[in-house]
Amino acid sequence: MRRIGVFVCHCGSNIAATVDVKKVVELALREPGVVHAEDYPYMCSEAGQSRIAQAIREKQLDGLVVCSCSPRMHEATFRKCAEKNGLNPYLVEIANIREHCSWIHKNMEEATQKAAILMRAAVAKVHLNAPLQAGTSKVTKRALVIGGGIAGIQTALDIAEAGFPVDIVEKEPSIGGRMSQLDKTFPTLDCSACILTPKMVDAASHENITLFTYSEVEKVSGFVGNFTVDIRKKARYVDMDKCTGCGVCQEKCPSKKSLNEFNRGLNTRSAIYTPFAQAIPNVPVIDATACIKMKTGKCGICEKFCQAGAIDYTQKDAIITREYGAIVVATGFDTIPLDKYGEYAYNESKDVITSLELERIMNAAGPTKGHLERLSDGKAPKEIVFIQCVGSRCSDRRGKPYCSKICCMYTAKHAMLIRDKYPDTKVTVFYIDVRTPGKNFDEFYRRAVEDYGVNYIKGQVGKVAPQPDGSLLVQGVDLLENKQILKKADMVVLATAIEPNKDVRKIATMLTASIDTNNFLTEAHPKLRPVESPTAGVFLSGVCQGPKDIPETVAQAGAAAVKVIGLLAKDSLTTNPCTAKSDELRCNGCSQCANVCPYGAISYETKLINDHGVREERRIAVVNSALCQGCGACTVTCPSGAMDLQGFSNRQIIAEVDAICR
Amino acid sequence: MNSVEAIKEISGVNPLKCMKCGKCSASCPSFNEMDIKPHQFVTYVINDDVESLAWSKSAWKCLSCFACIERCPRDVQPGRLIDAARQLLIRQRGQQGLTAEEIPTLLDEEMPQQLLMSAFRKYWR
Repeated sequence: MRRIGVFVCHCGSNIAATVDVKKVVELALREPGVVHAEDYPYMCSEAGQSRIAQAIREKQLDGLVVCSCSPRMHEATFRKCAEKNGLNPYLVEIANIREHCSWIHKNMEEATQKAAILMRAAVAKVHLNAPLQAGTSKVTKRALVIGGGIAGIQTALDIAEAGFPVDIVEKEPSIGGRMSQLDKTFPTLDCSACILTPKMVDAASHENITLFTYSEVEKVSGFVGNFTVDIRKKARYVDMDKCTGCGVCQEKCPSKKSLNEFNRGLNTRSAIYTPFAQAIPNVPVIDATACIKMKTGKCGICEKFCQAGAIDYTQKDAIITREYGAIVVATGFDTIPLDKYGEYAYNESKDVITSLELERIMNAAGPTKGHLERLSDGKAPKEIVFIQCVGSRCSDRRGKPYCSKICCMYTAKHAMLIRDKYPDTKVTVFYIDVRTPGKNFDEFYRRAVEDYGVNYIKGQVGKVAPQPDGSLLVQGVDLLENKQILKKADMVVLATAIEPNKDVRKIATMLTASIDTNNFLTEAHPKLRPVESPTAGVFLSGVCQGPKDIPETVAQAGAAAVKVIGLLAKDSLTTNPCTAKSDELRCNGCSQCANVCPYGAISYETKLINDHGVREERRIAVVNSALCQGCGACTVTCPSGAMDLQGFSNRQIIAEVDAICR
Repeated sequence: MNSVEAIKEISGVNPLKCMKCGKCSASCPSFNEMDIKPHQFVTYVINDDVESLAWSKSAWKCLSCFACIERCPRDVQPGRLIDAARQLLIRQRGQQGLTAEEIPTLLDEEMPQQLLMSAFRKYWR
């Protein structure tokens, strides 16, 4: 019989206000094997821990039950305390009487009863706990960054600078991401490309960084420190080693009608293309759906003009398998589709555009060479209306319930730039709230109003109606004047909500990283672990975790890098000893456990078994404890009951259930 | 049941969901005819003043075109509130003193047909 000590925590009033802790102590002393029980206001405190230490010494305890908060909070604390006092840490059990009891109940009598039941179950389990020893697993000292926007680039640069090799996987032909599409950045109005391209060059030339552009992550297996990833390098049809980036192929290509994705489809590009002038790598790709040669077999002009002989129409997708210790998700965002917002006439009029499209129009490399023009007739707009919160803060299933966070600032930026460059153009902004928290942000917005005369109207727009004369009639409201407004505009700009990149679901599934209802990746803890995913070894960088602007993205990218560096700096990781183990005498070698194991931890070997005097060779399952993550899938699958999870054995679970039902 | 609870039950609207964006008022074709504007409907309910809402001109100027219901980003749907306010009035038979004989004299070309029909149903007997 074990000598068990039960320690009941008040957690200030968190537990003690709802659970009669003295009563729990009293009931604990009646349990078999319990030789010591006490309560204390804060068990996790130094003083609380020293009481546990004292009890271990004086009463020769060989099993502990701590009735306190969730094991997620303080299991590690109490295990360490036990270890320091000569007790195996796995002889400690936590009865969660806070989250599972006091916080969710109001009636003291009932809550006390439930706390006692939880205590009883933990005591029953600890009787069967075996001392376990943690093993170790090695760490592959290389990181993978998924996404080559500013978040991915910054994370990769920071990891590379610390001396660890990093691979960036980017699905587009060039790194750069959304930031490369922006014209100017708030609140300093510096040119986006001017501050981004040096970072792109740094990333490309860094000895520790390998770029996989036009590539996608195909498969992920393994676990923290030991991921194996298949990367699909899509066929570029251009040899990256031979191409000199001269650009002749793009000039000569006769197929020039494909929509230019980089310019948000506002103009066209050739079938062989680099997305933008500063693309890295400066190697074009052939769009097989537009290439005349690929479609009809006739053409081959690019091949003829390519002096480097880099064109290769026969190239195939290649799968590269690499090993990583850590993975950073930096998949970024896109603007939401506006099909459900018929009232803004986005699909009806070319002069109703999204802010990201305006960004391209204002850019010197954009479809209008940087001139502010209406896309319908090329005329300069004299009256521009900006509409805020298009799809943001919408809980009506048409849009997104969250605030996209960046729109107030970029609209102030656009309004200011237009008023500065085209002083005779009037700018009106319809807003619900102006949200500009951030260093120098509100000052920036006020400059737009006070120095540049941008007309901010508190209210929304109900309808945008294209008129026969080509103008747009905007029906809105001024809530401060309590007046409905009809305004003729030449151009309407929609501050369209942002949403996580649509590929994020696929990637999250591969990584077993969780995502929320809006497809943003979930943090391990929203306040205290904001750059870690709940899946060990997976980290988050940039907008894939939630809306944020460039400074915040860069800060978070650095934070994610630090977490990765902290992981890669270790030579080995302590593994969880609560792994599966097969009972040789019961295993019939059916392979069902290996089929369900998500970590590939189970293999089979033929072994000479002495089964109650019968000696025979049998095929039995063997668990690699370094790979096993203790998920328990095999234990419920095993038809002969041979698989058991150490620390959570079938006997322990049944003992708990029995104690609860007693 | 007080009138605030009644209007919430009839309309099925939670006025607290409103974020005061004004899209309802921006969409309303009868805006200029109304004394209480669509975006203010929720405020009257929240401030426990259903009385004013029910006796407002707005109750009879709403065309039930549903533009505000369709476009409300928060699913507050102010059109349902004003419709519920009308229902409240119509249900207070006697207190309001409207008789079937009076209806023809109230005939107004701008009056929504839907309203005439519901008044007729209520008082015909």
